[in-house]
Amino acid sequence: MKITFDWLKDHLKTNLKEKNLLEQLTNVGLEVEGVQNLSSDKELFKVAKIIKTIKHPNADRLKVCDVDVGEKEFKKVVCGAANAVEGLITVYASPGSIIPKTKTKLVVAKIRGVTSYGMLCSESELNLSDESDGIIELSSGYKKNIGKSYFLKSKSNLIDLSITPNRPDCLGIRGIARDLAASGFGKLIDFKKKKIKPNNRQSLKVKIKKEKNQGCSIFGSCLITDVKNTESPQWLKDKLISIGQKPISAIVDITNYVMFDLNRPLHAYDADKIEKGIIVRNSKSGEKFTALDNKDYKLEDGMCVITDHKGVLGLGGIIGGTRSGTELDTKNILLESAYFKPGSIRTTAKKLNLDTDAKFRFERGIDPLSIEDGLNKAAILIKEICGGKISKFDIQKIETHKTKIIKFDINLIEKIAGFKISNNEIFKILENLGFKFKKKKNFFELTVPSWRPDITQEIDIVEELVRICGYNKIRIIDPIKERKKSTLNKSQKLFHFLQRSIASKGYLEAITWSFTDSNYNNYFRDTKKEIKIVNPISTELDVLRNSIFSNLIIYMNKNLDRGFKDLSIYEIGPTFTGSKPGEQNTVVCGLSSGKKSRFSWIEKERNVDVFDVKKDVVQTLIEAGYKSEEFFIDNKTPNYYHPGKSGRLFLKKDTDLVAAYFGEIHPSITKKIDMKTESLVGFEIFLDNLELSAKTLNDQKNKFNVSDYQKSERDFAFIINKDVNAQDLINAIASVDQNLISNIRVFDVYEGDNIPKNQKSIAISVTIQSTEKTLNDNDLENINKLIIETVENKTGAKIRS
Amino acid sequence: MSDLKKIKDELLSKLKSKLNLSEVNQIKSDLFGKNGLISLQFKKIGTIAETERKKFASELNIIKDELQDLINLKIKEIENEEIREKLQKEKIDITLPERPFVRGKIHPVSQTIDEISSIFSEIGFSVEEGPDVESEYNNFTALNTPENHPARDMHDTFYLDEKKKRLLRTHTSPVQIRTMLKDKPPFKIIAPGRTYRSDSDQTHAPMFHQVEGLHIDKDINMGHLKGCLNYFIKEFFELDKIKMRFRPSHFPFTEPSAEVDIGYEMKDGKIVIGEGDKWLEILGCGMVHPNVLRNVKVDPIKFQGYAFGMGIDRLAMLKYGINDLRAFFDCDYRWLNHFGFDPLDVPTNYRGLSR
Repeated sequence: MKITFDWLKDHLKTNLKEKNLLEQLTNVGLEVEGVQNLSSDKELFKVAKIIKTIKHPNADRLKVCDVDVGEKEFKKVVCGAANAVEGLITVYASPGSIIPKTKTKLVVAKIRGVTSYGMLCSESELNLSDESDGIIELSSGYKKNIGKSYFLKSKSNLIDLSITPNRPDCLGIRGIARDLAASGFGKLIDFKKKKIKPNNRQSLKVKIKKEKNQGCSIFGSCLITDVKNTESPQWLKDKLISIGQKPISAIVDITNYVMFDLNRPLHAYDADKIEKGIIVRNSKSGEKFTALDNKDYKLEDGMCVITDHKGVLGLGGIIGGTRSGTELDTKNILLESAYFKPGSIRTTAKKLNLDTDAKFRFERGIDPLSIEDGLNKAAILIKEICGGKISKFDIQKIETHKTKIIKFDINLIEKIAGFKISNNEIFKILENLGFKFKKKKNFFELTVPSWRPDITQEIDIVEELVRICGYNKIRIIDPIKERKKSTLNKSQKLFHFLQRSIASKGYLEAITWSFTDSNYNNYFRDTKKEIKIVNPISTELDVLRNSIFSNLIIYMNKNLDRGFKDLSIYEIGPTFTGSKPGEQNTVVCGLSSGKKSRFSWIEKERNVDVFDVKKDVVQTLIEAGYKSEEFFIDNKTPNYYHPGKSGRLFLKKDTDLVAAYFGEIHPSITKKIDMKTESLVGFEIFLDNLELSAKTLNDQKNKFNVSDYQKSERDFAFIINKDVNAQDLINAIASVDQNLISNIRVFDVYEGDNIPKNQKSIAISVTIQSTEKTLNDNDLENINKLIIETVENKTGAKIRS
Repeated sequence: MSDLKKIKDELLSKLKSKLNLSEVNQIKSDLFGKNGLISLQFKKIGTIAETERKKFASELNIIKDELQDLINLKIKEIENEEIREKLQKEKIDITLPERPFVRGKIHPVSQTIDEISSIFSEIGFSVEEGPDVESEYNNFTALNTPENHPARDMHDTFYLDEKKKRLLRTHTSPVQIRTMLKDKPPFKIIAPGRTYRSDSDQTHAPMFHQVEGLHIDKDINMGHLKGCLNYFIKEFFELDKIKMRFRPSHFPFTEPSAEVDIGYEMKDGKIVIGEGDKWLEILGCGMVHPNVLRNVKVDPIKFQGYAFGMGIDRLAMLKYGINDLRAFFDCDYRWLNHFGFDPLDVPTNYRGLSR
């Protein structure tokens, strides 16, 4: 909502300065978004006339214009607008002016080799509207203003307010003035209503059809006959220009003026173009009309339309149609002042993707009792400026406005706000805001003003009072440092631990979108369902991610393109399995590329491999408190891993919850994506599948139990079929005697010379130690034998002699 | 007698030359071996006249000790020389680089979430979470934003179905609803997390982070709200004093509602929080609307309290001088390295938020 202090002063008597005004607006909740100072600069924007245009010698779409700016010589201006034609009166910006939209300073510049002295402006460049198609077209009435400043010479700045959606009343200058007055910033000026004494009846019949979901409940109108539509007088033009509106014609300008002044949208029809009478009804699917924005709209069932006996004239409360629009030669007008229901307006406007000043106001709720005031103010102005005769007002109603009454207990103020307001002040504020009140036994009975649809219950009254008194009255109550419940629960602690544990292993934490490119997502989707976003921000972010890998790989590739080679990144966050709330998992996903020890003088470089990520996964899980002795690992992994170089890890053998996958990314994926790296390995740890320990760090640890008896190391080499896992050998050895075998390590794996084809040699070192005695040679020999026997029986291995 | 002196003189002259360890050992066995010169002298003791014997034996023992000491000294000398030579030979260029290592980092948003959690932990808030995909009811309707409410326009929403019943949450406020439906009052929670709006330009990202706060009890009023936020902002920016301004605003789910600004100034192109006469909006808050409490079956006559929501990314930008929001999610290795935190830098109450 754009306002000026000057306009506010039409409604507000005050001696305070603009600086105080800006502060007070913010204090009562009407946030000042910006203040535009036009006064110093606006002299540089002049009314000008294009005298001659020729095609730019070096550019097909540009023209070189001779422009009359009221000086002796014409200015040469290069312009690209299609509507820059000879004879057009428009707005010229001189060099040195700052273009309001772009905030850039205009300089004399060569455009494709032709020097341009200034610029011809579009409405959007001057922040007058969003119209950027072509330059401003001023009416011929501006001829006498050529060379003069387009903007009025007022000192009043343009103040841009951000009005919250609950305050439709402040979409009119008077509403803002009322809030300011209630807060002690001046006094609201009371107007004596000017009386019209019409003799004639409104002769056009108006009917609101009683239908289900009828969007219009009141339709007020009057006829003004024998008018002479003209250009608006200077004061009116200045007023509209001062808040960034473009004057059009007196009748349109007056309806706009009343809308901005009182937040009372009106519509003027050319009465002679209305066939027989007005019927307000629901539209039928397929009905069409051309709106004042020169676009054709095809309507659906149930939109509130203003029609005559020929068809649709306009969309009630949103936009009028060209068929009945007023023009300069309009003789008789029908002025409409109606109440349209917010929900109906919003549904229709959304379906048709239409946004207008009227729609913006009606969807927030217009004062239903402002119908006659609006007609009155506009009709009188029209009569003053355009002449004519005003008919009696015709008010059609299918519902009556119900006054809202709220029981209000004054004690609620202190209960909510923490401070008291004196009774006197409460009454003063409420009265100034337009409330009426009656004292009852323990409470007040408040009548809510008709222009405040947002106020429906007691708490809203508290808000009004605290807001007007000022939030600076709320005193600070310092918080108590007391904790009754632990801050994080177990799974949050685990999240936190894993997040930092992975980072401590050399991975950089990334945060990427929860959505991704479906093409990439498909590589890592495995058997999961694709979850499409109905309205994605771009085609590259069109699905929720089924895996974090897709985004990590996209960004990994960007980093590789930047010339980095050996990267480790990870993310901890959601992946999605469905589109219902809760169908998501928390995953830690890491990705490593390139080599270890590249260009090291001291260590031999090598590709990162599956055992690097296996280490990261296993170490992290051990650090998180899980027992590695119980881990179970096999090679069944999703299809985006290298089938021979990847594994899945379970915390225990007898569970079906996968704790983690790790491995090389499938070579066909890295090839398709064209990853330029020697090696690409990754892992996923599934937090939701990790059993949360019942113990806490503070619980007693297990009894400290170590053996000081001598230990012996025995080495074994087994020949075994290639497809038998080392884990099977280890398990077999471990099963021999849990009390005596304290450690098992694989120290060599060999295939090749001296080993039969399809077989491999695995060398294992076993630590044997008793907690009861020092083992003698005989004991050791027995256990040796047992190990060999067990392994050979269980796995088919043969001891290498 | 002259024999002994001769032996000593000979030894002395031998030890003067440069010898290695085995040569010294040879000398040693030449003297003290089975048939060594000194050993032979000892054997002679029996043949010497009784009157002379005692004196001879005593002199011989003295000379023996003397010679042994001389030899041992020489051995030590040689050993020292050998170690010195070895060390000399083993000397390396210590300025050569250490063995390679890699350093991981924590994203500034994660660090900021931990800082926020640590601060609120101290005043008794616990952390709650909610799903990223929400129902239209939890995200809007339950929060007193019914269908066709113009406030919905302020949230450019990503939808997951044509009927617009499932969406990506546009704020963390639905966690309020979930928490209150799940448990009984009082409630004192914060809920950090990802939020989504279909909006993307230099200052908006389609995904960003918010933290929600909710404190409901029997007598929690706007003074508590102001106190809580005043405390948080001071702690977060690690300042003793801050300038804070509450101004009226509107959110459908709070009444009264406020936006909170903090004072700042520009110094050398950087924002300095806490001083100056400029205002920066950092969060929205208010007293939870009775309609919201009714929606979650909490009696607004008995219970009341406040809620707030703030942008985590923005807080991180302000605290750590990061200019570009988009870079948070761009995953540029250099950026992550530059703005990331060491994983051991865990913000806690006792060691403080930062080093």
